[in-house]
Amino acid sequence: MESFVFYIFAFMVVAGGWVVIYSNNLIYSAFSLLFTFVGLAGLYGLLMADFIAATQILIYAGGVLILLLFGIMLTARKTSIEITQSNLPRLPGAIISSLIFLLLMVVIFSEPNWNSATNPGVKETVPVIGKLLMTKYLIPFELASILLLAALIGSVFIARREDS
Amino acid sequence: MLTDIAIIITKIMIVIGGTFTAVAYLILAERKVAGFVQERYGPNRVGIWGLLQPIADGVKTMLKEDITPAKANRIIYHLAPAMVLAPALVTFAVVPFGSGIDAFGRHIAFQIADINIGILFIFAITSIGVYGVVLGGWSSNNKYSLLGGVRSSAQMISYELALGLSVVGILLLTGSLRLNDIVEAQIGMWNVFRQPVAFMIFLVAVFAETNRLPFDLAESEQELIAGYHIEYSGFKYSMFMLGEYSNIITASALIVTLFFGGWTVPFIDVTKLGHLGAFLSVVSFAVKTGFFLFLYLWVRWTLPRFRYDQLMHLGWKILLPLALLNLLFTAAWITYV
Repeated sequence: MESFVFYIFAFMVVAGGWVVIYSNNLIYSAFSLLFTFVGLAGLYGLLMADFIAATQILIYAGGVLILLLFGIMLTARKTSIEITQSNLPRLPGAIISSLIFLLLMVVIFSEPNWNSATNPGVKETVPVIGKLLMTKYLIPFELASILLLAALIGSVFIARREDS
Repeated sequence: MLTDIAIIITKIMIVIGGTFTAVAYLILAERKVAGFVQERYGPNRVGIWGLLQPIADGVKTMLKEDITPAKANRIIYHLAPAMVLAPALVTFAVVPFGSGIDAFGRHIAFQIADINIGILFIFAITSIGVYGVVLGGWSSNNKYSLLGGVRSSAQMISYELALGLSVVGILLLTGSLRLNDIVEAQIGMWNVFRQPVAFMIFLVAVFAETNRLPFDLAESEQELIAGYHIEYSGFKYSMFMLGEYSNIITASALIVTLFFGGWTVPFIDVTKLGHLGAFLSVVSFAVKTGFFLFLYLWVRWTLPRFRYDQLMHLGWKILLPLALLNLLFTAAWITYV
């Protein structure tokens, strides 16, 4: 049962990713990214990481991707040129993605303490995550928020500049 | 195992059937209320007091021609109505609509899925609901529908922040994201008395999230004709309507769950009354939800529409800072008092 659900989500992720890369239509690319995000959230859910699953959808599908679609929709029709994407630099792409794959594999196999049926991990993830963010990982957490704040102010500054 | 699956399927059928029936009669109620507010009768030809009108409407939309604009983007145009309806129905999966009963040798909660991150799940799924609106508006290849879609998504994204932040105060008080914990923490004292500011923010934001008057700029018939679903006809149009009204029902249910004690009954402990208690809890939940559904209709036929800049001003410059202040105050209260 669980592996069946896993394959559904895995198929969503892979098929979505495939369309993102190989579709010439930018809207289809952006739209199928939604399936990748939702599938990933499902995989997180299967791994008992319910908080990560919900935030994945909330931030990536509900925030980032909508803004992407927004940008494409508002510009594509205005210029009456179909925006297309091409995937010319294939060799560098292949090298970079295989390096990332290697790195992930090293990390995955060097960590012995993964959750499993015999080692089910924590039952409620939210309190644990909250406590860790406020104690052990406080500095990275604050650094990330400062980075986001800087990005926010920067984007407002760039968007405003033409007015004055 | 088999009994468990049967119970889950029954619950899903009850919730979906209940939602659809409620939607049908909500639409009738809307037209009736509109009639009374404007000193008309409203629909009164089909059945006694117009009670069979939803069935007639349903048959009508199914029999109408299904038009696809010639230059529409076909795949997305056909997908968009489902993208509106599906999230609207999924959200209700985590809302507890009663206390639950003991039957078949186990405790059956009146809730499809009791997950730890209930409230977060609801926000996540609602944020997906924007897609149907945006893509429907874009793919019909019509400038009015595109404008409607863009407006609506900008509005929904803006008010999601105030919506989320207003609930954090309650989460601080309850210490849990589970909706059942939030309901049980309200026995004896509803959250609306503990967090009145949060309730006001939540109420306004939820009206904006569901694209209802006074924030129905996505539709605003005078300028955009109907907004994002202007090119849709037949049953696809009804799917948009079903999604929209299901959202209203879920929103009302959520207001009740978060601020008005959910299925709890004032002064009576329903968990000790067995099956009668379970029945009372469902009735209590339905009555409270019904009141907020009526509030939706009442507001729609009372208030005029906001201008777009007013809407953004209210969302970003009033509700968001207010929600942050409320959060700060609640946190300080919990820490120091």
